[in-house]
Amino acid sequence: MRPVSPRKLKEWVIEKAILLSGVFSVVFVLLIFLFLLREGLSLFRGESVIDFIFGKSWYPISQPPRFGILPLILGSLLVTLGAAAISVPIGIAAALFIAEIAPRRLKETLKAGIELLAAIPSVVIGFIGMITLGPWIKNLFNIPTGLTALTGSVTLAFMAMPTIVSIAEDAITAVPRQYREAAIAMGATQWQTTWRIVARAARPGMLAAVMLGIGRVIGETMAVMMVTGNAAISPSSFLQPVRTLTATIAAEMGESVQGGPHYAALFAIGIVLFIITFLINGVADLYLHRSRR
Amino acid sequence: MNPRFTQKIAFAVLLLATLLVVLPVLVILSIIVVKGASAISWDFLFSMPRDGMAAGGIFPAILGTLYLVCGAIIFAVPLGVMAAIFLVEYSSDNWLSRLVKLAIVNLAGVPSVVYGLFGLGIFVTFFGFGASILSGSLTLGIMILPVIITSSREALESVPQHFRTVSLSLGASHWQTIRHAVLPHALPGILTGMILGLGRAAGETAPILFTVAAFYLPRLPQSIFDQTMALPYHLYVISTQVPGIAENVRYGTALVLLTLVLLLNLAAILVRSRFRRNKKW
Repeated sequence: MRPVSPRKLKEWVIEKAILLSGVFSVVFVLLIFLFLLREGLSLFRGESVIDFIFGKSWYPISQPPRFGILPLILGSLLVTLGAAAISVPIGIAAALFIAEIAPRRLKETLKAGIELLAAIPSVVIGFIGMITLGPWIKNLFNIPTGLTALTGSVTLAFMAMPTIVSIAEDAITAVPRQYREAAIAMGATQWQTTWRIVARAARPGMLAAVMLGIGRVIGETMAVMMVTGNAAISPSSFLQPVRTLTATIAAEMGESVQGGPHYAALFAIGIVLFIITFLINGVADLYLHRSRR
Repeated sequence: MNPRFTQKIAFAVLLLATLLVVLPVLVILSIIVVKGASAISWDFLFSMPRDGMAAGGIFPAILGTLYLVCGAIIFAVPLGVMAAIFLVEYSSDNWLSRLVKLAIVNLAGVPSVVYGLFGLGIFVTFFGFGASILSGSLTLGIMILPVIITSSREALESVPQHFRTVSLSLGASHWQTIRHAVLPHALPGILTGMILGLGRAAGETAPILFTVAAFYLPRLPQSIFDQTMALPYHLYVISTQVPGIAENVRYGTALVLLTLVLLLNLAAILVRSRFRRNKKW
């Protein structure tokens, strides 16, 4: 065998480490799913999947315990829909302004501001939401508590907006300049160009921005736990306390017995969350790639 | 309606929407600074808690957060940078690189509380590390991996291709080219991502709920297998579960956490803009 020089051997090791590092991302996704399954599937030895997902009673410490997550799903859904209704129109509009209208200096300042919003820890936003927004909503609607689905929606809308604005702005900026020049040459105003030509061309990217923003909202834990009141019952309006899937895991894992059914049920909720966000991200990625082609 | 008039209305609406996104930052900062500044003192920052956590300082929480983010970076940066090098320098557009990219997108989208569950399952239980600084750091490290990979990848891709061509044509090996001709120029971008990852890790609460965080500890951690307090968890507990804490103490804790994270964010912005100014190609 030809003698291997120390330099070549070192490079071979380095390059194998690089290859391994690349593959690690795939390994981690699989590991996350595997460990959720490992701990969560044991629940279904004693309870059917249908009862788990569509059961109306989440009473983990009653005897016998009941693990139905429909109220939690509805809580998450309500907060997410509310947050989307607020953050999507505002986020898209802000992206259009930053990409198409703002002069360069203002554009840089606004982008830095949005980056700062994204950097604020969720527990701080939850803290402000709980102490400032909660009482305000309580007084505005004259209701017993200000910690409601609406409070959660408004709070999470602000957390979703940086994602929506950033990605939508990228999509708008990526539209070829010739599109704008052609429209203006035909006598269109800047707004007509922006709305009818550029926004239309950027639509797949904007859709991806919305999906990722929604994924961010569904996955949020601390802020939503602090501002939604944590009542695990099926909500009938935005002005009621709700309990989300994420908040349930965070609030109850500390008091569940490791290896017990409650513990397994919380991991099973984790499986549901993982699948939901996996699907959302997959769809968003498809749209992003479509907008790049 | 007149197109010019429509345009004015539309632009006004867009500006209003943009302000709605940006002004909350100022509102949040103002509230926290105004109400939290009175709590800040040497004693608050550097002494141990007293009176059953109702008085005294938050030093153990600050120290714990620093331990955790340093541990996360130690784990995530080598792995993340090497993954980025793989994607930019060693992979062609085949099924493996597409799979890796998809995995990174999905890692970025995993809810933080699911990372907490994963950390609990694999590090605390399976590997037997228990609730500890090690478990918490590793969990946070995996969570910030996508941030590191994405920004490192962008940094590497921004280095002109002809830098590589020239190096290879002079007889350097592939790795030598990367090591000496590409990485040095990508370093500021990698550093930016690392700082952003630090900020993300410092501010996250859900991943550390089950893997490391404690509310009351009589002494500072002695090893990586000990539990520790952490700022975000501390803020959560004192604002939701401990009656009798003065309001300015809660705001003060939020102010310390926010200052830490925003300083990191600001540092990243400065590094990046300096890099852009100094770019010679």
